[in-house]
Amino acid sequence: MKAFDLHRKLERHSGLLIFGILFVSAIGGLVQVLPTVLDARLVTPAPTALPYDPVALTGRDIYIRESCGTCHSQQVRPLLAEVRRYGPFSKAEEFAFDRPFLWGSKRTGPDLHRIAGKYSDAWHRIHLLNPRAVVPDSIMPAYPWLAERPADSGKNIQAKMRALRRLGHPYTDADIEAAPGALQGLTEVDALVAYLQGLGMPGPGGAP
Amino acid sequence: MKLNGEQYHDRVTAWLTGFAIFWSLLGMASGVYVAAELVWPTIDFGHEWLSYGRLRNLHTNTVIFGFGISALMATAFYSVQRTCHVPLFAPRLAWFCALGWQAGMLGGGISLLAGWNGGKEYAELEWPFDIAIAVIWISFAIVFFGTIAKRRIQPIYVSNWFYGALIIVVAMLHIVNSLAIPVTWSKSYSLFAGTQDAVVQWWYGHNAVGFLLTGGFLGMLYYFLPKHADRPIWSYRLSIIAFWAFTYSYIWAGPHHLHYNAVPEWVQSLGMVMSLVLLAPSWATLVNGVMTVAGAWEKLRTDPALKFIVLSLAFYGLATFEGPMMAIKSVNVVSHFTDWTIGHVHSGALGWNALITFGTFYFLLPRLVGAELYSTRLANWHFWLALAGVMLYVLAMWGAGVSQGLLWLSLDEIGELSYSFKDIMASMKPYYALRMVAGFTFFAGAVLMAFNLWMTAKGRRIVCIAPPPPVREGA
Repeated sequence: MKAFDLHRKLERHSGLLIFGILFVSAIGGLVQVLPTVLDARLVTPAPTALPYDPVALTGRDIYIRESCGTCHSQQVRPLLAEVRRYGPFSKAEEFAFDRPFLWGSKRTGPDLHRIAGKYSDAWHRIHLLNPRAVVPDSIMPAYPWLAERPADSGKNIQAKMRALRRLGHPYTDADIEAAPGALQGLTEVDALVAYLQGLGMPGPGGAP
Repeated sequence: MKLNGEQYHDRVTAWLTGFAIFWSLLGMASGVYVAAELVWPTIDFGHEWLSYGRLRNLHTNTVIFGFGISALMATAFYSVQRTCHVPLFAPRLAWFCALGWQAGMLGGGISLLAGWNGGKEYAELEWPFDIAIAVIWISFAIVFFGTIAKRRIQPIYVSNWFYGALIIVVAMLHIVNSLAIPVTWSKSYSLFAGTQDAVVQWWYGHNAVGFLLTGGFLGMLYYFLPKHADRPIWSYRLSIIAFWAFTYSYIWAGPHHLHYNAVPEWVQSLGMVMSLVLLAPSWATLVNGVMTVAGAWEKLRTDPALKFIVLSLAFYGLATFEGPMMAIKSVNVVSHFTDWTIGHVHSGALGWNALITFGTFYFLLPRLVGAELYSTRLANWHFWLALAGVMLYVLAMWGAGVSQGLLWLSLDEIGELSYSFKDIMASMKPYYALRMVAGFTFFAGAVLMAFNLWMTAKGRRIVCIAPPPPVREGA
């Protein structure tokens, strides 16, 4: 058969084999992933959306550090039961300032994309430091160290905002100038609560 | 017989085997610990390094990249020499690759516990480690393809295609998905945002599964299964078709991780269709493997190593059937976000990857040191512990996952939610307890193996083996 004759060449020439593998495995990415990455509509923020303010951004990075996304998704699917349980389904334009995205793949705990405003700040603080104080059956870990650390212990909020500005997030010089002041006196748990209370809302990082 | 005094470099394989066993024990122990934390959530004692989120990343990274890659490097180095009839190209670089990888995993593991986290699943390591991984990976490629380039037999054997695809495709995925702007040593921001980041991440995530946990280990299968069974591969043509179909179609399937998420409909549909297509090459390899063992069944009675490999093939078949089914949108709507996914991953990782590696190690290590396996009885115990462990694990996660999926979606007659999230979560306790026991059972078997292989190798030297004399083409 012709095809197998062709293969005799491939399997006798290591350079051809390498090229063949690279070519064949790249097609899927070129046809499927590349157009997605080039489609600007997918990362055009909603008109009312703003980039994360310094406090929410700090909170989000704590959320990433503690791998909250391992157990909590941030993606309400367009299904009746999910909209009932969590709120409006998630749309691409709401994630334009999310680097990386935090949609998650597992709900050991509930989805958090529409968590904003469902509980008070005080509830969140207690819940993060000792989940079983407010939800007796909870299997969430306690995060006592968040209350002990200042929110900007790394003193790098301005570096973070500048890095994000290079990626297109519309922070002004004044925003960056004022950032350390906004974090002054806050602990990590304050920043994390601020992030959660803005999730999926109009405004910082938020929904239309 | 020696030729020009040259001999195979097998010490590096022996060391990598040892490292792989170390990572498997650490990875499984941390897995059992995080499983226990879901039953008793306070056993992190309020200490951040024991906290579920961080320890779970240590579990996945040590198992996939510590255990998996070390085992693949060990077996790739071993088999590429024997299928090319030459010693390794650039043996010092092979040592750099082997030891560098261990150093990277050790440092990386500690960094994960310290909270360095890129935030992308199965790509959590931060940018300094990403760069180190890329450098080591390129050295792996140079050693591997260099050895192939100087081979003394013309055709490049099938196992090397799969190992080659592992090296090439994982390099491509890793480099693209890790693109980020560094802020500090421990923090960077992804070059991609939101929906685009999600599509890139699951192109990476799914194909790390595809080309590492499937393709890489198929390389292992294609070399060690015929060796074990002492029979040639059943169909060479089928292996050609299966390889290229696999390499072409796997890469498309990533978006099945994003069904009903905020990504374009066409991307989801294409991901689903290609996931179904993937069943064909997956099972073509399954048929090839089973038919190769067929006729050597009587060996299963006496050879524990072959038992592991045959059982791993069965789990390979199950997992590669279950995967496409879960990629169907109407199934995925139930399975997504649930423990069913965890069960699926473990039927692959424990049932296929770990078992084929264990079988290979039971075969490989005695040969490397020129001794009989210390205890066949212990190996048989390991076999039954592993089988019991993986079966219980998968059953527990099916039970948990299917109930979560259905209960979350359940509405009563007036369209209100039937159950609160809290109640559904609380009902998971027995499943999570069973999963912990299952994981521990599997882990206990691996401890027996570590002891068995240690006693086999203790105090012995690596056997020197020379390549066969060159055969002239057409002679």
